[in-house]
Amino acid sequence: MKGWMGKFKALFLLSSLALFLTGCGKENLTALVPKGYGAKSSMDLIILTTVIMSFVLLAVMIFFVIVLVRFRKKKGQEDYIPKQVEGNQTLETIWTIIPIILVIIMGVPTVIATFDLADASKADEHINVDVTGNQYWWHFDYGEDEFQTSQDLYIPTGEKVYLHLKSSDVIHSFWVPSLSGKLDVNPENENTMFLEAHEEGVYWGKCAELCGPSHSLMDFKVIAVSPDDYEQWAKDMNDFDPEAKPKDTVAQEGQELFEEKSCMGCHAVGSSPVATGPNLTDFGNRTKIAGILEPTKENLVDWIQDPEKIKPGNEMTGKYPSLSDDEADKIAEYLLQLKPTDVAPESASK
Amino acid sequence: MSQDHSLNPETMPNEPEKATLEGKNKFLGLWFFLGGETVLFASLFGTYLALRNSAADGPTSEELFGLGLVFLMTILLLTSSLTSVYAMYHMKNNNFKKMQVWLGITALLGIAFLTCEIYEFTHYITEYGFTFRSSAFGSAFYTLVGFHGGHVTFGLFWLIGLMIRNAKRGLNLYNAPKFNTFSLYWHFIDVVWVFIFTVVYLMGKVG
Amino acid sequence: MSVAATQKKGFGAMLWDYLTTVDHKKIAHLYLAGGGFFFILGGLEALVIRIQLIKPENDFVSAGLYNEMITMHGTTMIFLAAMPILLGLMNAAMPLQIGARDVAFPFLNSLGFWLFMFGGLLLNCSWFLGGAPDGGWTSYASFALTSPGHGIDFYVLGLQIAGAGTLMGGINFLVTIVNMRAPGMTYMRMPLFSWATFITSVLILFAFPALTVALFLLMFDRMFGSAFFDVALGGNTVIWQHLFWIFGHPEVYILILPLFGLFSDVFATFSKKRLFGYTAMVFATMLIAFLGFMVWAHHMFTVGLGPVANSIFAIATMAIAVPTGIKIFNWLATMWGGSITINSAMLWSLGFIPTFTIGGMTGVMLGSAVADYQYHDTYFVVAHFHYVIVGGTIFGIFAGLHYWWPMMFGRILNETMGKITFWFFLVGFHLTFFIQHFLGLMGMPRRYWVFLEDQGLDLGNLISTIGAFLMAIAVIVFFINIIYTAAKGEKSSPDPWDGRTLEWAVETSPPPFYNFKQLPLIRGLDPLWIEKTEGKGKMTPAEPLGDIHMPNGSILPFIMSIGFFIAGFGFIYHGDHAIWYLALYGGMALALGCMAVRSLKDDHGFHIKKEELEREAD
Repeated sequence: MKGWMGKFKALFLLSSLALFLTGCGKENLTALVPKGYGAKSSMDLIILTTVIMSFVLLAVMIFFVIVLVRFRKKKGQEDYIPKQVEGNQTLETIWTIIPIILVIIMGVPTVIATFDLADASKADEHINVDVTGNQYWWHFDYGEDEFQTSQDLYIPTGEKVYLHLKSSDVIHSFWVPSLSGKLDVNPENENTMFLEAHEEGVYWGKCAELCGPSHSLMDFKVIAVSPDDYEQWAKDMNDFDPEAKPKDTVAQEGQELFEEKSCMGCHAVGSSPVATGPNLTDFGNRTKIAGILEPTKENLVDWIQDPEKIKPGNEMTGKYPSLSDDEADKIAEYLLQLKPTDVAPESASK
Repeated sequence: MSQDHSLNPETMPNEPEKATLEGKNKFLGLWFFLGGETVLFASLFGTYLALRNSAADGPTSEELFGLGLVFLMTILLLTSSLTSVYAMYHMKNNNFKKMQVWLGITALLGIAFLTCEIYEFTHYITEYGFTFRSSAFGSAFYTLVGFHGGHVTFGLFWLIGLMIRNAKRGLNLYNAPKFNTFSLYWHFIDVVWVFIFTVVYLMGKVG
Repeated sequence: MSVAATQKKGFGAMLWDYLTTVDHKKIAHLYLAGGGFFFILGGLEALVIRIQLIKPENDFVSAGLYNEMITMHGTTMIFLAAMPILLGLMNAAMPLQIGARDVAFPFLNSLGFWLFMFGGLLLNCSWFLGGAPDGGWTSYASFALTSPGHGIDFYVLGLQIAGAGTLMGGINFLVTIVNMRAPGMTYMRMPLFSWATFITSVLILFAFPALTVALFLLMFDRMFGSAFFDVALGGNTVIWQHLFWIFGHPEVYILILPLFGLFSDVFATFSKKRLFGYTAMVFATMLIAFLGFMVWAHHMFTVGLGPVANSIFAIATMAIAVPTGIKIFNWLATMWGGSITINSAMLWSLGFIPTFTIGGMTGVMLGSAVADYQYHDTYFVVAHFHYVIVGGTIFGIFAGLHYWWPMMFGRILNETMGKITFWFFLVGFHLTFFIQHFLGLMGMPRRYWVFLEDQGLDLGNLISTIGAFLMAIAVIVFFINIIYTAAKGEKSSPDPWDGRTLEWAVETSPPPFYNFKQLPLIRGLDPLWIEKTEGKGKMTPAEPLGDIHMPNGSILPFIMSIGFFIAGFGFIYHGDHAIWYLALYGGMALALGCMAVRSLKDDHGFHIKKEELEREAD
């Protein structure tokens, strides 16, 4: 008995310690520190249900421990035959009624929140973004405004931004844990949700529906900036001139190679309704390369030369002639100089 | 459990199909099986209902279906259900010959039904180019109706097998449950067809 | 075959005996062996997963192989390990518990096992033939359609064959319980395990056909060019999700309800007390089963079904907590005031209560739709379903094996090793899965081949992997225990636990192949206990000694399953080369031929003569 409890205790201590060390996870990734409307809504329910269910667990555990301490077979009473009880109506009624009440207490706010988050009737009055899930990247098309981004979604803080999700291939799921719960990205219908960030920041987004070998590498970011900054950003994006020549010659050669090596067959620089591959207009502003790598030139060259090594099963592999180190370097230079804007959330501009 | 399975009219109990434990088990087992089949067809119906307007560029149900042939098929199958009831009636009265005759008629009606169905499918394919691969509607249609057709085919093999095999042996406590379970199965197929007629053809024609 | 045939035999004769057996007790052995084999496979796959996730951005296995591992781990554990072992336990105990000599359809029973076995083998052949399925155990359409190679085809065909076997098992148990209970064994006198078998069989009967249809649709789309899930031709991928979960949710109750029954029997036996609130327990089981069909869409809260559907399914899901709560409290009340013996079977049952309660607690939390938007498809869900499936089903299977081992094999499993297994497994289990609740909320979706550095997920994953190895040690000790017990284990009397129900009222351990020389007369719930406390200490026969009718063994189920196995390859490869049509038609011909032989040939079984039985008594 002693050892039994001891092991449980040790286990509990170890788990608590682990929890303490890891805290609540990484800021702007974890769902445990909500920074947006949807995430807050979910967190409230998570807390409510956890508290109620913990009471139930506690009741069961107290009952359980008492039973184990008091009713084990006693020495010298091996032949003792306990009274054969059939049941007890009062007791059984009690442990039927109480759970029903608890379910109602949890059910009502659940229903209210479900309808609240699904309400898209006022979408017209807000910014609308068409989101397309692709193996293994995300495309964002800013409705009325004539520009698109890939991998990084910009939104203004304190305002609902409605997302219209659709997949171009298989089912994905759009999840930005710190801002909102997830919603599936289906190939046959458009799903609508909204994001509302309470504070500026770069929020991690992830794909949450198995979509292929690189499912775990399909990360994206939601970049929440102040409404003024957002307007500035939109203006910068609108003003972007895709024909503009880069300043230095390396990048200029990169630009030419970008055309020659058929990169343009899939990737648009500047506004384009077609998005076979990610739109690269603001590539130099991107927080990550391919959603996961630090935005350094070496990483970009690695990526361009062998994307398969970094994201197995991606659609880019084999779609273009192989590139020499020099060519890859030039293209990388060109791409990294595509910086239409200086807007960034305060926390990001270190 | 009887030791001796062969019977003469005097010793034949009232309900030969349920006189043995094996017979009772078969009877109940088939009922349960049909319960499972119900879910199977319900799933297929659900799929069909979800996809019946997804004709893509292919022909739609309004363009395809003609009710005349389908009505005839319904009559054929419903009648075959009735004739199998007659057969079971004669089984209970231990009249093997009459039972075989009525089962024979049941089989013929079943074959006639299948022939119509094959004609119908060929018609769609040759006249309209409407196939299993045309559209999601095509896939759902052929799968649902085809599953039913497959069940009819299986039932026919079962029936004819039973009839031939027992032609010389006559009725006994060992094979009576087999005839009985067949008839139950046949009724089930009939009921499924009624739903197909309503959900697929009538609703497909009138919208 | 006669009574004498149960004597010691050579290996060849024994093998033939098992290949042709229709005896539910031997089929139980087969199920346990087959399920145990796949349990080891699934466990190894789990270890590969955990090793891959021991540190961030690990490259122990490739992304493709990792997806194959998670798919096969889930599929194997659910369809090929847990369910067959449960069917094995049902086969071993249920006919004895209701006082029957065999199941209603012994031939189908054997066929069901062989179909499962060959379905499972077919599925696992994929490892050696170009790669296993990689769409997750749920194999969602759209991705499952685009997945290259034949992996998903193996999934479809393997599960179709194994599933058919399970369906047969379900129908068989239903008919057995309705028609073959011993005299006096009314429904409300059946042990809870038999009740659970009955209700589980109903679930199998109504849930599996939905999977059958789903698999057919996927097969047609992948192999025959239909367009159910092809969006370009009007298809709809959500249909797969509905069909899969209409099957899939009842499936998790199929996995847990038999163990609810088992725990009820174990708690009563080792507390020396009648089950508290028997009637409530029976109806709670039924209610859980019924609600199990009403909640499938809670697996689809994030699909975008709309707030009305999400709300309804959220409330229905939470409602399941009510009957489950009744059961937990009734078990505790059963032990209350009892005289509790703690041995291995009881340890597993006791360990189940807190573990499963945590799983149930997170289950209710998951039911809250908006909260689920965060939990869905993360490690929180992984933690939840391992708490209920491992904490319920696997703990229960271990309890059941310890409890019934004497009845099945005539020997008692070693207690010391049993306890070592339990403690290692319990600690390892909580270490592995408790932390995963938090990993999920901290932003780790499930089915992630790698997690990135600097995301606060490192330590949790490391702890989780360590726990997995503790569980592996536990399982190894358990298998050593089995071997040790077979060789040197303590021989058991027919009633080693001072049992209450009929499976302990047989004459020998293991029971004779006809189970009961004379069917017993049942006078109430816990019939053996009643006779012990108020009667003569053993069951009163309900019939005079007479001839016993028994079914003949048959090799046909085995050959038939091989037929489907071959046809499976034919279906998978017929698109690659026309020669495979040979396998397709050949295999089907073999299977259908066996079916025809079975149907056309009279098989009346045989009788054990009264004199023979009398002779044996001497």
